Amino acid sequence: MIMRNDIIIQTKNVNFYYGDFKALVDVTMDFEKNKVTALIGPSGCGKSTLLRLINRMNDLIEGTRVEGEVIFEGANIYAPNVDPVDVRRRIGMVFQKPNPFPKSIFNNIIYGPKLNGVSKKRDLEALVEKSLVQASLWKEVKDILSQSAMMLSGGQQQRLCIARALAMKPDVLLMDEPTSALDPISTAKIEELIEELKRNYTIIIVTHNMQQAARVSDCTGFFYLGKLIEFNQTDRLFTTPDVKQTEDYITGRFG
Amino acid sequence: MKWRYFRQTLFFIIVRTSAFVIALAIGAFLVYIFVKGIGAISWEFLTEKPYDSMTKGGIMPAILGTFYLTTGAILIALPLGVVSAIYLCEYAKQGSMVRGIRIGINCLAGVPSIVFGLFGLGLFVVFLKFGSCILSGALTLGFLILPTVIGASEEALRAVPNTFREASLGLGVSKWHTTLRIVLPNALPGIMTGSILGIGRAAGETAAIMFTAAAFFTAKLPSSIFDEVMALPYHIYVLATAGTHIEETRPLQFGTVLVLVALVLGVDLIAIIMRSYMRKKKRW
Amino acid sequence: MTRALKEKIIKNILFVFALVSIIILALIIIFLFMEGVPIFGTISVKEFLFGTEWYPTYDPPDFGIWPLIVGSLVVTVFSALIAIPLGVLSAIYIAELAPPMIKEIFKPIIELLAGLPSVVLGFFGMAILAPWLQQTFDLPTGLNILNASLILALMAVPTISSIAEDALYSVPHEFKEASYALGATPFETITRVVVPAALSGISTAVILGMARAIGETMVVLMVAGGAAAIPESIFDSVRPMPASIAAEMGEAPFRSDHYHALFATGIVLFFMTLGFNLIADYISHKFKEVGSATL
Repeated sequence: MIMRNDIIIQTKNVNFYYGDFKALVDVTMDFEKNKVTALIGPSGCGKSTLLRLINRMNDLIEGTRVEGEVIFEGANIYAPNVDPVDVRRRIGMVFQKPNPFPKSIFNNIIYGPKLNGVSKKRDLEALVEKSLVQASLWKEVKDILSQSAMMLSGGQQQRLCIARALAMKPDVLLMDEPTSALDPISTAKIEELIEELKRNYTIIIVTHNMQQAARVSDCTGFFYLGKLIEFNQTDRLFTTPDVKQTEDYITGRFG
Repeated sequence: MKWRYFRQTLFFIIVRTSAFVIALAIGAFLVYIFVKGIGAISWEFLTEKPYDSMTKGGIMPAILGTFYLTTGAILIALPLGVVSAIYLCEYAKQGSMVRGIRIGINCLAGVPSIVFGLFGLGLFVVFLKFGSCILSGALTLGFLILPTVIGASEEALRAVPNTFREASLGLGVSKWHTTLRIVLPNALPGIMTGSILGIGRAAGETAAIMFTAAAFFTAKLPSSIFDEVMALPYHIYVLATAGTHIEETRPLQFGTVLVLVALVLGVDLIAIIMRSYMRKKKRW
Repeated sequence: MTRALKEKIIKNILFVFALVSIIILALIIIFLFMEGVPIFGTISVKEFLFGTEWYPTYDPPDFGIWPLIVGSLVVTVFSALIAIPLGVLSAIYIAELAPPMIKEIFKPIIELLAGLPSVVLGFFGMAILAPWLQQTFDLPTGLNILNASLILALMAVPTISSIAEDALYSVPHEFKEASYALGATPFETITRVVVPAALSGISTAVILGMARAIGETMVVLMVAGGAAAIPESIFDSVRPMPASIAAEMGEAPFRSDHYHALFATGIVLFFMTLGFNLIADYISHKFKEVGSATL
């Protein structure tokens, strides 16, 4: 019997609609704590949609509808009395295109914590350092914290966005194709980072790059046309997939 | 957490109230003008000349005068404006010269209309000896609305997709012909919208025509561009402030105001509707 | 003639046409100076600008335009106090809060307000607002700073609102997404991310709105009261520069000192509004929004 960590997030029979279009069909899966789970599949398969479901970012789009449950720490985050703002405090997100605010590096990181009541200067400074260290960016920027974040390179900006998300001390970090807009060296740095981060955080990453999924993740879910086709430990899914469709995708027959 | 939402609700209330206040002010204004002015409107009012020190009769000469001035203004501003826009959009290389021209246009847009009036007085009325007449007024107004026309034309030209230009040039057509036959026709609706807005502005201008074209009373209708004219905005101003029977003519003042407002709003509304119609029916 | 040469000629002809705007601007300056500078033979620039007595029709006449300048500044400041909050907040409303249907109606309404001729607003101030003010505050006349400020605010709000709304609208969507993902509420996102990012555009909007108020003629001519004196309360009447020019030009004998003094006032007014516009232009270019990340 393979040891499994606690399940931190579960989706149960989730259907998702953009207006009349059903983008996710009956998705049921578990995400283990302190592991990296990758979501892969061809364009339009719903993997990003599922990711954004988990921190209720899809609420911001008009005309969307969710059926089913998403359980986080024992409670359904789509229950009517749940405030999405609360959910997003606990489940952070890093986007495909790095999107730092046009503020200083320091102010980018303390933006979220300040809104949650952290006010003492000492606490903020310690938080900034800790977050940047965790994001492998501290050494590069520790002397230029007051400079605009827009001055950083693409790879640095993305690590800043990771630090900014970590400063909220989330339990889960969602990453939506975090390296697809970056050069190979920055990509490698961030993949190393993910390996370290999973000690303290649970990571769910969407990627269209299969090699990346194979490199960084512990479990992988393969999606096609809104359905979860196969979900297994990464090395098993990539070497001996159970479903033929998975094998076709991995070997490049489509997508 | 509750405090965060309380702050938000308070802020949103203030924001919504501001928008509401503005809408209310505009609404009140239009209602007042309509209610007080509609009484004076009649077929005679719109087609006859005034008499009895303006206490009776109509405002037809003023309507005609406004029409002449506005037409003259757009005849001047449109060619100049479109050609300038074509140069800026299609031909100019981004450099300090172009930046200088743009700053010039922005500054021209910001010149107060009374200063345009003084300018028109100095150049057209006095220096060129045209005297106070339609020509001087139209030239002054034309220059006043020039930045509006240039701005709208440039926007319209820019909106034409580059792929059209590339296709034409790729077929060996010269740049000038590409501009003339492909870009300009596709930009025409936008240019027209901008011109219509310019017309609205010119029609409502008072300060620029005070010393360059307008007279409170002309015995005859204008017969040449060197004649003075009556004009709606000027008529309103004089009736309301310096006419000999201010109280008596009050209803007529409201009537004239209503005519001018209806004219300008009508023109602007046409432009706005045209613009949103074009946006929806884009052929590309 | 080769095609290349033809194209070059066309380009140069177009260039000359494009210069028209600058030529007009230059002509304005030339003629203002031509008719305005002669006054400085009679009176020094300092006396003209800072003299506190404007009695151009007395014998001997006084040509100090300081009261006129103060009049302009006072109504502009007070109208700003009203127009800036209303304009910026309504821009926030349109850009961030309004549901699409209301947006479709509200935007054209503001544009229509922008198109109203100033003489009409001035008339409104005279015929409807002034009597109301006179009654409500028990004043000898309703033509004063308060009236002018209210009507000028009504004129400046559309300018401020539409330019500020454009600025807010062009804040990249990614910034808002990042803010929400960090657990911020819409209010916090608007006030801490969107508005600061659009600040240069909003500043431009405010400055251009104020430039419009300072240069406005008909409104102040009809409702500000016309007293060329330095005011002591908002219920006093003033005579801003444009009002003076418009009111007196008709009576000033051709090329008299009065005539030249009015042109000189035009010079002052021109450069004041020019200054505002250049500042606005500078701000909007210097702090152009640095967009989202690139490689």
